[in-house]
Amino acid sequence: MTDLNPTCPPEGRDGASDGCGSRREFLGTAVAAVATALTGCGKLSQEEFLQRNFRELSKEEVRDVIARLEKEYKAKYGKEVKVADTPPIPGVIFGYALDLSRCIGCRRCVYACVKENNQSRDPGVQWISVLEMEKEEGVNLQHADLYYDPAEVPREGHFYMPVQCQQCKKPPCVKVCPVGATWRDKDGIVVVDYNWCIGCRYCMAACPYGARHFNWAEPHLPAGEVNPDTHYFGNRPRPKGVVEKCTFCIQRTRKGLYPACVEICPTGSRKFGNLLDRTSEIRYILENKRVFKFKEELNTQPNFFYFYGV
Amino acid sequence: MNTRLIRFLGLTLFLLAAPAFADPPSGKAGAIAQEGIQVPRPPFSEGIFPCTSCHDGKSMKLDTKRRELTGMHGDILLGHGPESRWCLDCHDARDRDKLHLVSGEKIPFTVSYRLCGQCHGDKLRDWRVGVHGKRTGSWNGPKEYLLCVHCHDPHSPRFKPMKPMPPPTRPGEIQARKGGAR
Repeated sequence: MTDLNPTCPPEGRDGASDGCGSRREFLGTAVAAVATALTGCGKLSQEEFLQRNFRELSKEEVRDVIARLEKEYKAKYGKEVKVADTPPIPGVIFGYALDLSRCIGCRRCVYACVKENNQSRDPGVQWISVLEMEKEEGVNLQHADLYYDPAEVPREGHFYMPVQCQQCKKPPCVKVCPVGATWRDKDGIVVVDYNWCIGCRYCMAACPYGARHFNWAEPHLPAGEVNPDTHYFGNRPRPKGVVEKCTFCIQRTRKGLYPACVEICPTGSRKFGNLLDRTSEIRYILENKRVFKFKEELNTQPNFFYFYGV
Repeated sequence: MNTRLIRFLGLTLFLLAAPAFADPPSGKAGAIAQEGIQVPRPPFSEGIFPCTSCHDGKSMKLDTKRRELTGMHGDILLGHGPESRWCLDCHDARDRDKLHLVSGEKIPFTVSYRLCGQCHGDKLRDWRVGVHGKRTGSWNGPKEYLLCVHCHDPHSPRFKPMKPMPPPTRPGEIQARKGGAR
């Protein structure tokens, strides 16, 4: 008891009213230093360690965080990397539809996604998994092959089903996150705050679509291949030990562009638009085509639909 | 009275035509834009267009007899529809830089979808609303439509198989390459 008192009075005697503030600062630094020593994450700066959940940050703090990130990326990759924090567009909920009758399984989307979203090249992280399935079986995951590699696709008797984040209206991944590092934004995109993620991977266990991916190793992203047009919740370079996933190319779609996978698809199987816009192609598909949701029985309520265009 | 009638007719025509177009005509449309639909340049073979640089009506005589081409264009294999189909069913004999519909109406290559739509009406309908085919650009703004012929060779329209990109690395192989420990 007596030990506790002497610390405060000397500061108080100096007449400094911010005595407790400096103590807090001191403790913060000390904790950061201890954490650095314990975790071995030498690169973690004090600001980064003390950064709060993105949703709690004020405008100024967001600006500082982004400036810090841009500085870090510039030092790491030797070029300007813009980090945007574009908010959702009011009156927009994004929807996606994929034409199973047209997809030929060429995997162009997988690699366009990697290029656009700055995924780790080694070990390779891919947000889109294209499954080869048998026509006789229909959509049956027990007869699905992720590693097909014939000379030419489509193979006789097979169809292809690309799976990526389904941007659920009831996302189980958000429900299980113990720290609130992932949530569904107003335009329906489920985002991850990579700086708040603790890497527990509960979300990966909860996701029935295998859409979330973990950076087991330090992501290897060659400086020449960095896409410098990034978003805080999207394709900015990620650290080791965090979970990432498809964001409908948040850095593109919130500016009005189509996602990279839509732009690359050589068969035009991928359709994207605003679910609240009656004239959008996505609404036409939902109203006129045979549409299904993947694993609908789990009640995750995806905003990603599969349809048969023929 | 007359002007009023014309105005009325014009408005009616506009209203009738409007639903047929998927998008309102956009001001930003480039050189190739009809009906408010912007398309890239049709995928002509290298140096082949304009056709009138050879078929100018003078140096070559018009021959409308159905025959197998041996010299020029001999590389084109027709695999589209019945055996009896041939060049001048779609290409216009008198105006070589144009195509023609069954009605005889001449259309430029950039609106060839109307030609295709004569038989494939359901596909044209889906294409106009953006379900069939590919659009690039902006989901809430100007878009570029690919023509039918950008994906389907009009002379042999079946979509060609292609080589897939490499499959993802199996988890076991990642560990083997990394030597397990990190």
